[in-house]
Amino acid sequence: MAAIRITNKRRKALVGMAFIAPWIIGFFIFALRPMIYALFLSFQKVKVTPLGIKTEYVGWDNYKYAFVSDATFVEKVLHYLREMALNVPIIVTFSLIIALLINQKIKLRGVFRTIFFLPVIITSGPVINELLSQGVTNIPNIESYGMFAMVKESLSPAVASPILFLFKQIIMVLWFSGVQILIFLAGLQKVDHSLYEAARIDGASPWESFWKLTLPMLKPLVLVNFVYTIVYLSTFALNELIVMIRLNMFDTLTGFGYATAIAWIYFVLIALVLVIWTALLGARKGGTVS
Amino acid sequence: MRKPYTGAGAVLTRIQKLLFGMGENDGFIFKAVVYLLLIGIGFIYLYPLLFMLVNSFMSLDDLVNSMVKWIPTELYVENYKKALQVLNFRSTLMQTILVAGAPAIVQTVMSSVIGYGFARFDFPLKRLWFALMIATFIIPPQVTMIPTYLMFKDYQLLGTLKTYIYPAFLGQGLKSALFIMIFYQFFKKLPVVLEEAAQIDGAGYLKMFYRIAVPTAGPAFIIVFLFSFVWYWNESYLAALYFGNTLTILPLELQKFADSYARLFPPGAPGSEINEAVKMAGTMLTIAPLLVVYFLLQRWFVEGVDRSGITGE
Repeated sequence: MAAIRITNKRRKALVGMAFIAPWIIGFFIFALRPMIYALFLSFQKVKVTPLGIKTEYVGWDNYKYAFVSDATFVEKVLHYLREMALNVPIIVTFSLIIALLINQKIKLRGVFRTIFFLPVIITSGPVINELLSQGVTNIPNIESYGMFAMVKESLSPAVASPILFLFKQIIMVLWFSGVQILIFLAGLQKVDHSLYEAARIDGASPWESFWKLTLPMLKPLVLVNFVYTIVYLSTFALNELIVMIRLNMFDTLTGFGYATAIAWIYFVLIALVLVIWTALLGARKGGTVS
Repeated sequence: MRKPYTGAGAVLTRIQKLLFGMGENDGFIFKAVVYLLLIGIGFIYLYPLLFMLVNSFMSLDDLVNSMVKWIPTELYVENYKKALQVLNFRSTLMQTILVAGAPAIVQTVMSSVIGYGFARFDFPLKRLWFALMIATFIIPPQVTMIPTYLMFKDYQLLGTLKTYIYPAFLGQGLKSALFIMIFYQFFKKLPVVLEEAAQIDGAGYLKMFYRIAVPTAGPAFIIVFLFSFVWYWNESYLAALYFGNTLTILPLELQKFADSYARLFPPGAPGSEINEAVKMAGTMLTIAPLLVVYFLLQRWFVEGVDRSGITGE
């Protein structure tokens, strides 16, 4: 009897392996191998000739070039870090609020959800680029109402500048939050309503039950959304650093070697940003949003 | 008089307090504010689309006329005629459907297979594989792009759709990790009893997968397919890199819009100046097919969220 159980278990493991075998093969071909090769290339001067590519070992030169000689790289990195610090919490908070709003029993809920998931469809490089260049991503006349001046005068610069920043690109922020809204909404659907009733009976105010019940339950999703937002913004086709990597790929002066070097620096940066956000979120007990 | 707290009521009040701090449960005012917010934010979402739609129907006279803001004096379709020509629409659309559709189908099917494997089986090193699977989501494509490009070049796959199909088939397509996670969450919730019953009836694992698991995962399939289709549709950079001049897609043609326009309508010829309206017509044409697909699928999509297991708990 015992022998049969073991073979059954083995059989099941083999079947499971068979199911994920395509992924394992793919991982070696399309993830691990290219990464190792990219690491190799980043220490080379790469020349593309009609006969194939020629590489010449240059040590850390590509990396040094990025930080010392390339005038724009460091500036772009700093700009990237600043954008992540501001945009990511705003996008996640916004998507949480919208998810809470459209999770209610309201009329035309389907219509509102349809509208709020639209960004998933449209946010793409060229289309967003068109929208940006035609100036439709700014709310018209918002500046002419004197709101900017009012905010600027009444608040200290440290507080005022993020607010102004938010207003200036509110449409962009909203447009980047389609998938996040979806993730929060799916999470909210699973929240057990009887818990709220229990909290009510214990005398918790709705405000308290939001912070003590909803948010902790959504906390894993807050983290998921942070990761998703960071990765999404970082790999978005119009991201300055992505554009820079792309331009350097076919630049005869710098070439593939340099492009992979900055791609690697960029990867490490993204990983660092992820680690820092995760640590920040994990450290706060009770799970605040931003 | 306080209403009894039903589940939905509690949620409402919770949000109400969130929004106003200390409000009393006055249904009407509260509802009005919620609708105002929803309509306001909804408008911000729709604004760029409406703006583009309206402007794409404007003639030059309307564009320069400051009296005309939202309603064109005539339905001017000339812009669309030009944009159709510039984008070479019919041929480009067919290619785009192929370029987005084929990998999306392959990716959806394979993500469900892989997700099922992770969700329902135990095998050696499972946690390691799973962690690596999630890690692939975080690697920016730009790191692996250059070596992958060189590899495709070596095997002479550039310029063919295989550059999309192969990674998609092996679970390494655009955002495949996310899709595998969605299926993983979905299949994880399948009751074991169903499988046991099927096993007693003599069904093999493969049969169990496509006779029991797949039919119950409808919403997951629709969401994954829609996302996948949209993301392949919009992926202009990889398309330009891998396909070169052999295949093109609408977003790429949109990028080249101004140049193509100048070639079709050389400067000096009547009506040769490119204006915003023509470009907006082009943009509308690029996203219109996606909007159609979205509105066809949105019923399942919008309601399917509740059951898709999209969340990563």
